[in-house]
Amino acid sequence: MRELEYPFHSEYILKKRKSIKRSLIDQSGQKRISKRIAILGGSTTHDLKEMMELFLLNAGFEPAFYESEYDQYWQDVMFDNPELAEFGPDLIFIHTSSRNIKDFPTVRDSNEEIEERLEEVYRHFEQMWEKIENTYHCPVIQNNFEQPFYRLLGNSDFSDPHGRVRFVNRLNEKFAAYAQAHKNFFINDINYMASCYGLQKWADPFYWHMYKYACAMQAIPELAYNVVNIIKSVYGKNQKAFVLDLDNTLWGGVVGDDGADNIEIGQETSMGQLYSEFQEYIKAHKDLGILLTVDSKNDEENALAGLNRPDSVLKPEDFLVIKANWANKDQNIAEIAQELNIGTDSLVFVDDNPAERHIVESQVPDVKIPEVDDVVNFITTLDRAGYFEVTNLSDDDLKRNEMYKANAERKKQEASYADYADYLRSLDMHAQIEPFTPMYMARIAQLTNKSNQFNLTTKRCSQADIEGFAADSEYITLYGKLEDKFGDNGVVSVVFGHHDKEDKTLFHIDLWLMSCRVLKRDMEFAMMDELVGRCQAEGIQCIRGYYYPTAKNKMVKDFYGMQGFTKRNEDADGNAQWEFVIPKQYEKKNRVIKVNEK
Amino acid sequence: MTREEVYERLNQVFRDVFDDETIEVHDETTADDIDGWDSFEHINLMVSVEDEFSFKIPMGKVVEMKNVGEMVDIILKLGE
Repeated sequence: MRELEYPFHSEYILKKRKSIKRSLIDQSGQKRISKRIAILGGSTTHDLKEMMELFLLNAGFEPAFYESEYDQYWQDVMFDNPELAEFGPDLIFIHTSSRNIKDFPTVRDSNEEIEERLEEVYRHFEQMWEKIENTYHCPVIQNNFEQPFYRLLGNSDFSDPHGRVRFVNRLNEKFAAYAQAHKNFFINDINYMASCYGLQKWADPFYWHMYKYACAMQAIPELAYNVVNIIKSVYGKNQKAFVLDLDNTLWGGVVGDDGADNIEIGQETSMGQLYSEFQEYIKAHKDLGILLTVDSKNDEENALAGLNRPDSVLKPEDFLVIKANWANKDQNIAEIAQELNIGTDSLVFVDDNPAERHIVESQVPDVKIPEVDDVVNFITTLDRAGYFEVTNLSDDDLKRNEMYKANAERKKQEASYADYADYLRSLDMHAQIEPFTPMYMARIAQLTNKSNQFNLTTKRCSQADIEGFAADSEYITLYGKLEDKFGDNGVVSVVFGHHDKEDKTLFHIDLWLMSCRVLKRDMEFAMMDELVGRCQAEGIQCIRGYYYPTAKNKMVKDFYGMQGFTKRNEDADGNAQWEFVIPKQYEKKNRVIKVNEK
Repeated sequence: MTREEVYERLNQVFRDVFDDETIEVHDETTADDIDGWDSFEHINLMVSVEDEFSFKIPMGKVVEMKNVGEMVDIILKLGE
């Protein structure tokens, strides 16, 4: 919804929250992911919850909330709390601020006393995080601390151990260290938020003393938006690719009219420097696994001439797809999504021209379209929008661009083989198919949250869930990692299920998914072979598979049929149950991938 | 600004905040008369009123308002 896209008008959202919520809920056809979110506050959290709800609904979630009583965040965790236990949070957000530090040093304290205070304040939080980890096994989002709103020691407050600024900075450093050491723990950087917003406005004492708000009311939508970005990222709902205009977006001027020699880019002019900085910003996203593409109204030759300038930071080979033609931009966008095999809701379209943005918005409404006006603000607008919020920087993310490149190479080679099996053999594929292992827990959880198309039950799991299944002997879990001569695809398939409670020879598949980047490579057969092998080893004779249709997973409607299962039943909505009786002599289905050889 | 003008703008704020186009407030309206006007919505209402009239209502005034009539008095005074 336009009103909730960054940069938004906070006062408007606050005022119109009820009608905004109504229209979000009315949006038909939206299948939302249910998430149970506990907000444990050191201040009033009512409006924060309301704002988070709007942004979560807008991002495709259906949230349910638990709120602690005012300033009961610590007690709610540390003491028996049947209400919270029953709520069963999928995620806990701890909304504390510098207002909750009760034990700031005073100038009379000795260094030892200050150290003790620091350790005490930190331990207060650390104990709580440990308790959450042991009790609730769910991701935690914890605010760090904003800068204190006054400095008793003036500038020395920063360097003198007695200073509040120093104290807060040291605490923040300890929070960061904890976050780095714990995978399911994320910091909501309100320190950065407050400085962007303006600390003086953010920490307006009026709102604390009048309503016990940790920040000014008008800052709450921004705060909520920032938290929701983390939640989006944790559950794999981030955007994945840039679709970029060229003229007056990646450089100044119109390359078709002005000629490649005369566009503004490079270090010669201030304008050129601005565009260069923007190009560097975009290029840095490649290393985060964000895919870069071009959608420009240009002759391709001119577009390439612009990108081939020696002082252009971005080069043609940085882009996976370059659409430089005279077709409508929304058509190009649809094709780009198809070629990359990702949904249009994964795209961020950057174009300086409001008319183009408007056309794309009306034709492909789920594309993210930041309102970029002046190149001076491009980076700030994109950065603060947080489309690509990083929570788990996996190796796969770092390599994603190479993987897509390798895919393009494979496609080329595919065309040159007459027999598809010959082609598959030529890829020299090696798979590792093993029970869930600590190294891949994050990636496995990520896959369960972002795979939509090749996903039989669309069961979403947190990393804690995944670790739970791996540790449970009632479960059989498998991940599949596929490598071929063009590169490593990483973990691309996940299957797990559990023994029937009564009938030990019966097995239920809870989830089967595969990344679409390895479609038609017979990986699904290699997974089946391995699953059957493991089931046999545990005395299982019959495997039951389930298909639950969603808007996106039609492609696997008959997947179990293709694997040799028989359909037992199907209801009116298309929910189907399939069964596979393991034959005495099970013949392996995969003949092209070498499994677990290394 | 006349009292009537204040009421016209104030009615719109109330309608937006409580998502009810039928609301008409008057001097004697209090929180008891409007569905959903609890202590939380009161905060939001105050912020929305401040935004509409582009000034900040001091803490002392926020605390002492008893009904909409007094709110209008304060708005008129701050708007002078």
